[in-house]
Amino acid sequence: MAIMTPAALQAPAAPPTPATRRSRLHRREHMAAAAFIALPVIGFVLFIGYPMLYAVYASFTRWNGLSDPQFIGLDNFVAMANDRYFWQAMGNTLYMMIGIPIGLLLSLVLALALNRKMRGTTFFRTVYYVPVISSLAAVAILWQWAYNGDFGLVNQTLAIFGIEGPNWLQDASTAKPAIIIMSVWKGLGFAMLLYLAALQSVPRHLYEAASIDGANPVSQFWHITVPMLRPVTFFLVVTSIIGGSQIFIEINIMTPEGGPEFSTASIVWYIWQKAFQYSQMGYATAMSVVLGILVFVVTAIQFRMNRRSEFSIE
Amino acid sequence: MSTTTQNTVTVVVPGPDSGGPRRPTRSILTQNGRRPFAPVGNRKRTTRITNAIVTIFLSLGGIVMIAPLLWTLSTAVKTREAVFSLPPQWIPDPIVWENFIRVWSAGPLATGIMNSAIVSISVTVVGTVSSALAAFAFAKLRLPFKNAIFLTLLAAIMVPFPTIMLPQFKMFADAGLVDTLWPLILPGIFGNIVMVFFLKQYLNSVPDSIIEAAKIDGAGYSRIFFTLIFPAIRPAIAAQFILWFMAVWNDYLAPIIYLNSPEKQTLQIVIGTFNTQYAIQTDYPLIMTASTIALIPVLVVFIIFQRQIIESIALTGAKG
Repeated sequence: MAIMTPAALQAPAAPPTPATRRSRLHRREHMAAAAFIALPVIGFVLFIGYPMLYAVYASFTRWNGLSDPQFIGLDNFVAMANDRYFWQAMGNTLYMMIGIPIGLLLSLVLALALNRKMRGTTFFRTVYYVPVISSLAAVAILWQWAYNGDFGLVNQTLAIFGIEGPNWLQDASTAKPAIIIMSVWKGLGFAMLLYLAALQSVPRHLYEAASIDGANPVSQFWHITVPMLRPVTFFLVVTSIIGGSQIFIEINIMTPEGGPEFSTASIVWYIWQKAFQYSQMGYATAMSVVLGILVFVVTAIQFRMNRRSEFSIE
Repeated sequence: MSTTTQNTVTVVVPGPDSGGPRRPTRSILTQNGRRPFAPVGNRKRTTRITNAIVTIFLSLGGIVMIAPLLWTLSTAVKTREAVFSLPPQWIPDPIVWENFIRVWSAGPLATGIMNSAIVSISVTVVGTVSSALAAFAFAKLRLPFKNAIFLTLLAAIMVPFPTIMLPQFKMFADAGLVDTLWPLILPGIFGNIVMVFFLKQYLNSVPDSIIEAAKIDGAGYSRIFFTLIFPAIRPAIAAQFILWFMAVWNDYLAPIIYLNSPEKQTLQIVIGTFNTQYAIQTDYPLIMTASTIALIPVLVVFIIFQRQIIESIALTGAKG
């Protein structure tokens, strides 16, 4: 969603043709075009459109997944408002997004370092990118092991500096930070790569003109680099928020019970648990609809802000 | 063909990794072989010192990035006892390669790989054809309400999977397809809207005139697609194909919902199960061996197609 600008979507309008010539040739073309787009359109209706409408309907029902849903009005939403765990899961999800600004900052520094003309940048780019392509399930397993209180890599490293590390995932006060650290590690390479691409597409002459005008590197950075990176930053912020709001695999693997004192249970984890362990499909769907609305709002805000940022650059 | 590639895929991040014959050009400064601002005297030395500092800093960061993966590999070839030895052993003594044999009988790892391959290959191969055909129609053919349809499809990207997963689950349960691979395959083979969007953009660089010419020569639309369009957009297809393949291969949420019996599970679920099962027995080497095996295919794909992957990621994002 975030990757396009509305202007880019408009195909050039077909030139007007006399109505008489249009019929035959165009009908053939229409048929071919319709056939070619048929599969994605059917897929959309079957696997996104219909399920979405059904989700809205099911959120107003009591439904255990086996028998038919029973309409109960707003009960699910009232229950949600009074559900301590729902709010805690929402809060946890939000809390774990602290990693987003940290990761963005680190990846920008990395991209700036890698944008220098020096040896080994290709090598480092690969090193930092490997976690991105690794399977999240495998990575979550190895970090769970790295966080082991007694023999984990993290605490053994800390021991070198004479620090006695906590039992990361077993302690309610460190479980969330542990997951944040891992997420930053996993996503760093992706943001770095996008920043690097953006840095390399900044027109060189801007810097040349600025340095002729006597701007020092610091003010060049603030007045040229930062504004030029704004679209990428927006893209990264929004996709990270959307991705972060759906955090599940890490939670499911590293803290299968939702963490000590429910401290790492994310909203998707809670939806999953309600649906498949407690068979409260209606309630789970209601929560998933709320999640969908939140994601929609974030995307809509992105669209508005992105439009503004385009103006400010030109 | 090759000209279209050069025109549209701006190589933002150059060069395959280390040792390649082509020296990547870093900036416009060196692109023409001249350096208008060649550093002189003192400046050259400062640059060198800064470069050294940056390299040290990048290396330290690099160690942090790669250490957990090396630790996994190291643990994978340890004995159960060596895992708990202090100080920790980075190079295990003795090295037990047997873990890599033992792991196959410890759980349905082989069927997991098989199932993951079936799902990823069928989804990406069939789905890529559906996506490319649709992208062709959206970019180059006339159809009433074409843009409205396209925008509606695009809006689907906003719908998070967790929101529609329960109704989808009901659909597949009603069809009797739970605990089969079908719920993972079916939604994918209808195409991937992100890929349609990406290819449609890419097709804008293919001139309409070659399509018009082919039409005058009497070629049908499917023939135009397979002989003209498909070859012309092959680089873009390859990049998107690999990204999609890795995404499906690494998927976890949909498989964990649909697959129950061990012989139906995909690789990611199998290693997840390994994790819970063997942690109780403190057989950490076996868990790490399984994780290593799960990481290898994607790493190999990445190393082979590094350039396409990095380019298409950079492109998708840089479009902003």
